[in-house]
Amino acid sequence: MVFYKCPHCCYVQETEVFEKNLRVCIKCGYNETIDCSIRLRQIIDQGTFKPMDESLGFENPIQFPEYELKYQKAFEKTGLPEAVITGEGIIEGMGAMIGIMDSRFMMSSMGIVVGEKITRLFEMAMERQLPVIIFSASGGARMQEGVMALMQMAKTAGAVARFSESGGLYISVLTNPTTGGVSASFSFLGDIILAEPGAMIGFAGKRVIEQTIHETLPEGFQKAEYLLEHGFLDAVVERKNLKTTLHQLLKFHSVRTAAAG
Amino acid sequence: MITDLNQQKSPAWEKVMTARSEERFNGLEIMNAIFESFFELHGDRSYGDDCAVAGGLAYLGQRPVTVILQQKGRGYSQRLSHRNGMMLPEGYRKALRLMKQAEKFNRPIVCIIDTPGAYPGVEAEQRGQAEAIARNICEMSILKVPVLSLIIGEGGSGGALALGVANRIIMLENAVFSVVSPEGCASILWKDSSRAPQAAEQLKLTSAELQQLQVIDSIVQEGENSEDMYDEIRKKITSSFDQLCNLTPTQIVEQRIQKFRRMGIPSDTKGEICYR
Repeated sequence: MVFYKCPHCCYVQETEVFEKNLRVCIKCGYNETIDCSIRLRQIIDQGTFKPMDESLGFENPIQFPEYELKYQKAFEKTGLPEAVITGEGIIEGMGAMIGIMDSRFMMSSMGIVVGEKITRLFEMAMERQLPVIIFSASGGARMQEGVMALMQMAKTAGAVARFSESGGLYISVLTNPTTGGVSASFSFLGDIILAEPGAMIGFAGKRVIEQTIHETLPEGFQKAEYLLEHGFLDAVVERKNLKTTLHQLLKFHSVRTAAAG
Repeated sequence: MITDLNQQKSPAWEKVMTARSEERFNGLEIMNAIFESFFELHGDRSYGDDCAVAGGLAYLGQRPVTVILQQKGRGYSQRLSHRNGMMLPEGYRKALRLMKQAEKFNRPIVCIIDTPGAYPGVEAEQRGQAEAIARNICEMSILKVPVLSLIIGEGGSGGALALGVANRIIMLENAVFSVVSPEGCASILWKDSSRAPQAAEQLKLTSAELQQLQVIDSIVQEGENSEDMYDEIRKKITSSFDQLCNLTPTQIVEQRIQKFRRMGIPSDTKGEICYR
């Protein structure tokens, strides 16, 4: 038998039970990080996901030394060509353009490929008149791509702006952790912003803040529940309810098409 | 430690030091030299008034404009009260309020950038720093009036970009613009912030490198005489606005959106959308 030890409450549980519980600790409810393929299985109707832009891989826009080596390691570890997968999928019968970030890949930092894939996701959604759902997780902008990574914040935010003007629905789901240049661009621009319980969400990292203010941070600081309390989220949704919730929200907005047709 | 850093030869690092120097001209001084009759407008109408950023009305020659400038302050006590130009969420929201106001009255916008970055503090997070920056970047990208950003010293990360989504980006010769501070980069990558000069070289943060990367549009040489520099800035801003004011609001938005859309197109696809 294989066991999983919760990093939050230290409770040891059978991995099989833990996996069945959608990788949420059966004792304390801690939401373990999940990779994009598991997320796909949990959210998208089986066999309906059509991926986009899978050929986009390594780019080194400012020729940063040793970056390719780091990329190679991430690629070997995850089998993914970059930190986000995008495509079209169906959720309980309703179509949407989907983006899922995978924190195993260089902390799912945003460089030009992630920025491009997110941008194209919105462009395609506009063309096909479908809603967008993005599961964010990120350490922020990818340092090795310098200012070109920073510019992806503007590129993606511009795509959201255009999509939003066209009347499209964008649901942003923040998962652990969503920080830096990703939280400060497309992640916080959703019409509806959801988060998983306990997810760390913010701009600056905890350590940086502690070094600035020289004091310990308030309890629950930068946790999803804290952000909900301060007015920055629409809802914190348990993983087991996420698919149904998304379907429900998509359904509310399908009236637009019905009224027009 | 500082002497150690300075002993390492790194032209990019020297620029970082110059850009940060306390003796360097600041946003207010440049604003006063270039624009006339500045009337400051305060507050975000929601929470407060962030003094790390000022904004208001002014004339550029005969033309009324909205000017927004990050303020580091002069001298120790001002630098402290202005948090060295690091904005709080109410600062971003004030800037956005003034930009929307400019759009309503069809005034071009000038943003003067000089900040180490967003303010890393508890209150900034509590009041939604990430959301505030995201909102500015998003709304700026679709403003129907010309926007010009001028980077005069430090263009630090999201704090700079929140005033940087412009039709034209002009940079002073010794200014820098980066996704992360060289110290931050060195400490994250190599767990050694004393390698900042090396990081500064690798990050491509100087005006010449950024022009090559087509992130910025033009550079103003600093030279010996600051009056010449102010003249050059005034000329560049005026000619940019002369060009941009000939465009329709739709074309102004399109030009800005496309400018950033083209930044970092993966090389193997040449920007075509591939969909299966």
